[in-house]
Amino acid sequence: MATIELDRVTKRFDDGAVAVSGIDLEVTDGEFVILVGPSGCGKSTTLNMVAGLEDISAGELRIDGVRMNERAPRDRDVAMVFQSYALYPHMSVRENMAFPLRLAKRDDATVRRAVSEAAELLDLSEHLDRKPAALSGGQRQRVAMGRAIVRDPKAFLMDEPLSNLDAKLRVQMRTSVSRLQRKLGTTTLYVTHDQTEALTLGDRVVVMRDGHVQQIGSPQQLYDHPANLFVAGFIGSPAMNLMPAELADGALHGPFGSVTLTGRLRAATERRDPARGAAGVVVGLRPEHLADHAPSDPEVLRRAVTLTAPVDVVETVGSDKYAHVELPEQPGPAAPVAAETGTARIDRQGTQLVARLPGSSGVRAGEVAELWFDADAVQLFDPTTGANLSAPSRAAPGVA
Amino acid sequence: MTAPWLSGAAGRKVRWTLIDIAVVAYALVPVLWIASLSLKTPATFGDGNFVPREVTLDNYVEIFSTTLFTRALINSIGIAGIATAIAVVIGAMAAYAVARLDFPGKRALIGVSLLIAMFPQVSLISPLFEIERRLGLFDTWPGLILPYVTFALPLAIYTLSAFFREIPRELERAAMIDGATPAQAFRKVVVPLAAPGMVTTAILVFIFAWNDFLFAISLTSTEAARTVPAALAFFTGAAQFEEPTGTISAAAVVITIPIVVFVLTFQRRIVAGLTSGAVKG
Repeated sequence: MATIELDRVTKRFDDGAVAVSGIDLEVTDGEFVILVGPSGCGKSTTLNMVAGLEDISAGELRIDGVRMNERAPRDRDVAMVFQSYALYPHMSVRENMAFPLRLAKRDDATVRRAVSEAAELLDLSEHLDRKPAALSGGQRQRVAMGRAIVRDPKAFLMDEPLSNLDAKLRVQMRTSVSRLQRKLGTTTLYVTHDQTEALTLGDRVVVMRDGHVQQIGSPQQLYDHPANLFVAGFIGSPAMNLMPAELADGALHGPFGSVTLTGRLRAATERRDPARGAAGVVVGLRPEHLADHAPSDPEVLRRAVTLTAPVDVVETVGSDKYAHVELPEQPGPAAPVAAETGTARIDRQGTQLVARLPGSSGVRAGEVAELWFDADAVQLFDPTTGANLSAPSRAAPGVA
Repeated sequence: MTAPWLSGAAGRKVRWTLIDIAVVAYALVPVLWIASLSLKTPATFGDGNFVPREVTLDNYVEIFSTTLFTRALINSIGIAGIATAIAVVIGAMAAYAVARLDFPGKRALIGVSLLIAMFPQVSLISPLFEIERRLGLFDTWPGLILPYVTFALPLAIYTLSAFFREIPRELERAAMIDGATPAQAFRKVVVPLAAPGMVTTAILVFIFAWNDFLFAISLTSTEAARTVPAALAFFTGAAQFEEPTGTISAAAVVITIPIVVFVLTFQRRIVAGLTSGAVKG
């Protein structure tokens, strides 16, 4: 049970490269916090600094209020689950799980009890005498978890613990990791590159990019109110549709046609830095906000925008259909959008939209579809800074 | 034109079998010949028969009846064993540093150790002789153990660092998180996993020390430290003008046995794939 505080924690390598720059994060007791971001964003480095496997170049790390920077990993009382599991191949499952307790010189009875409890919890009791080589991927993963929990550490650190499992097992283990964490109530810091994993597991999610924190918030906050273009593009699958648009005469003109600004969005456009001059904005629209039928609520219907476009591809996932539609080319602030989101999809710059339609929808590739969306559902982003103009609170940290 | 039975898969098998037999015969005939000599009686040494006509164990009885050979055998086992233990322990620590750490002078260390390995040992004999005499190491066990360790270390470091590099780094990191000191992580995780490498290295070092003649003949003068290869040169025949062919052959056979036993015992421990299952496989 512990709190973990990162106070402007920075990692600078010997060659001068900055992997993590000034992270501020407070993990409260029992909280499940996810660090998520594309590869090379500094999330694993951050975790390793908390574990003590990497030195902290600047800033302070506190566990339960005590400065940890100079402490060796073994003096921090944290347990770690590695992506590769890092099981000791020459030891049986039992010995693997007992290893941390043996090093701590606990007596035999305690070790036996702790190991059998953990094995029970993880459904490993009948495998205790086998070597890791004889286990399946999922079993190995559970042994790695077992080795972490037998010690009853202050915190769990998990470095992509599920990425080596196949898709089905990953989903299963995701649920058990979540259940286990809630049951034990141990503070957990979890690293992943998979935004679905981040959203489903975390009490709070930290989105990182290039060593900077982009946004910290609950999964719903990140999804509903991304702080900037990067978070908008990273969180959510399929990703948010991002299109360049121009502001003129109280309306938004983009590849989707012209939309009269609602009160919320008008306020948002006013927050733009006038010094930047240009009237360009980036419009973000979640795929599920596009519908293939008129909204039933008359209030929404009044604001609704219709667009007609040829359907390029339809992907069926059973419960849903993802329709990719082509919108007419429009000159706009293309480059910043691409740079901020870093997604390949943006190459088709604002001309392609993904709509998430119900599985029963009759859209077909090659046909022309009529799609509706609520003008109030869109988000507006500053094309130069990437910041979300329409977020309710702009206190969330944006890009530097 | 190849005969039909020499072509195709069957032909390849036949060809390889013949080649293998030739190689094994080439390697083993001298060993068998010396074994044959050791079983012959003095009268039949020169008869040119590969299989002895009269088999006798007299030669073996004779070498074990004098302290010249038994004492040398004890020296050989002791000196080679201790040198091996020291070289493997020091070599493991040095190899771990070479494999894992980035320290100033690492390249120099590797270069120098390579240099030592390649240095012609015969040119060091005179200075070593003088040094050991002044230090009182001449004709003692340490006097032989020291040069053996020195010349075996480069080999040990090279072999072991290759094995250490194979061990996933995350295992050590996991051990550190689990509460191990760096020394414990090395002893309880790295060393057991590098066991095949340690055994391989131990065999190589032991064979080097066991077979050495140059240092053994130059740095010893009495039975106090003389090892078997050197002692063989001091064998005399039963009568003054008799060649000690039989006893030398018997001694040669005897000193081959420990090596064979050593290799066969530990060979079973050199199991490939010991590290499988550590990380995702």
